[in-house]
Amino acid sequence: MLTGSVFNTVPWSMILILLPLVAGMICFLLPRMAQTLGIITAFVILLSVVGLGWQLLENGVYHHVVGGWNAPLGIELHADGLSLLMLAISAMVGCAVSVYSAGYFEREVAKQFWPLWLFLWAALNALFLSADIFNLYVTLEMMGLAAVALAALTGSREALGGAMRYLLATLLGSLAYLLGVALLYHGFGSVDIATLATKVVPSPIVWAALGLIVTGLLLKTALFPLHFWLPPAHASAPAPVSALLSALVVKASFYILLRLWLEIFGPLGLEGVATLLGLLGAAAVLFGSLQALRQTRLKLLIAYSTVAQIGYLFLVFPLAANAGSIAWSAAAYLALSHALAKAAMFMAAGNLLRFGGHDRIADLDRVVQRLPLTAAAFALAGVSIMGLPPSGGFIGKWFLLEAALTQQRWDLVMVLILGGMMAAGYIFKVLGNAFTQAPVPHKSRVVPASMEWAALTLASGAVLLGFLAEPVLLLIGSGTPFGVGEAIP
Amino acid sequence: MNAAFLYALVGVGLLALGLYALIVYAHLLRKILAINIMGSGVFLVLVALARRTGEAVPDVVPHAMVITGIVVAISATALALALMLKLAAVASEVELPAAQDKDRRNEC
Repeated sequence: MLTGSVFNTVPWSMILILLPLVAGMICFLLPRMAQTLGIITAFVILLSVVGLGWQLLENGVYHHVVGGWNAPLGIELHADGLSLLMLAISAMVGCAVSVYSAGYFEREVAKQFWPLWLFLWAALNALFLSADIFNLYVTLEMMGLAAVALAALTGSREALGGAMRYLLATLLGSLAYLLGVALLYHGFGSVDIATLATKVVPSPIVWAALGLIVTGLLLKTALFPLHFWLPPAHASAPAPVSALLSALVVKASFYILLRLWLEIFGPLGLEGVATLLGLLGAAAVLFGSLQALRQTRLKLLIAYSTVAQIGYLFLVFPLAANAGSIAWSAAAYLALSHALAKAAMFMAAGNLLRFGGHDRIADLDRVVQRLPLTAAAFALAGVSIMGLPPSGGFIGKWFLLEAALTQQRWDLVMVLILGGMMAAGYIFKVLGNAFTQAPVPHKSRVVPASMEWAALTLASGAVLLGFLAEPVLLLIGSGTPFGVGEAIP
Repeated sequence: MNAAFLYALVGVGLLALGLYALIVYAHLLRKILAINIMGSGVFLVLVALARRTGEAVPDVVPHAMVITGIVVAISATALALALMLKLAAVASEVELPAAQDKDRRNEC
């Protein structure tokens, strides 16, 4: 197997970080080439993630010491099933968004979009491959700055205000995180996650660090009640940017929280903190869904739906103590299917906005007949968001429900069912208006086919995930990121 | 109480002052300054913690972190100031526009 061994020795992880970084700089210097180069980069990244996945399956957990410098001075890269999952989500959503953006942006805005988006992608990939908490801080900041600049891209008053609010929130979150990192380093003399995992013992300094790190990351993940910055920023950004922010950027800070919880804080037996996170998650599901039901603008509705769906990810924390790896797999599966479905939804909203020139839900004018692919994309993504079978969202929520039932957590069962019903409510509110004629007809603009197909592809992916549970869970479980235990139920 | 501990306490004090200003003041320049003061507080804590061993040569790793942190803070401040100027040009105001929900007006 010569080809296999060649494929195996390529340093895919380095390509994943360096390629978008270099391509982003070239896009900045040569704006004429930006679009072509951006799309090529997107697909090379997708290929590199496949390559890294291959290496993981062949050799187990991937570890790379950059430049031969070991910790604590050097930078180490680390990849297991969880990192691979996040990289794969970014690559899939990233490719679809790249294709979509080629049709969406005018030439002038495209010049600014491509470098920023590729920088954001580099930051995301570096974040998912980082093995120490200080590098996580640096990548978190890189990601935040690129995301804020992207959110401000349209230059309108709402977009600038939303981006400013987002910037202040994200900086505050990073500072809290950094102080937590400083305390952990002070207490245990290391920033390497694996070293910290062996050294950390219950002590006041750990509680202080935990409080700071968790609060900072919750602010960035926009968990209720720290979600105030999300709806204005996500709703006023251009559609492809909203898709990236909702699908990937909030998931990145959740990934850090999950990683640190699994390796450092979880083993300390923090039932109180886990209960609190679950409570906030439940509140987020109910509050976000209610707010989504109340909205009259499509993009705000989708943004509040993100607030609700983030809540589901946190319902896992109180269940994991007794359910173990199955609950964590459910969270990973939910993150994956939400990323695909929500990106598809924002893209569909972007198509509707382009088509009718507005995103008022009540004035959607027979879009089912006039933009059938977009309407189908929205409906399919909705199926996954509601958690109807057969879809990725259903599998994730089913695992959660099962864990909640076996532990007799009826309160969480109620939240799961209510959340699903309210999601059905706000999605059918949009679909209902999509079938009917609007009271006031509007002029319509042509939507490029690539934008419709990009949305539909991602939405179909979210539904297809419902059939792929076993191989996906196997892949997530490689390197046992959730501790020893069967990942497949 | 040694000198390093005093510096760390001052750092935490700066952090608290910055957080207060960030929440209380509406003017964006004040908010940006507040974030910067909070950042300086964190950096001061880090520098003080480098002295924790009490040896003649301080620990270099926190110093490296502070340098990285300063680079990040400068970039973030530049972006924040640019956004503020754009907002002032577009909306002729230097405060955050009220969010859709009126109860969140004063947050951040």
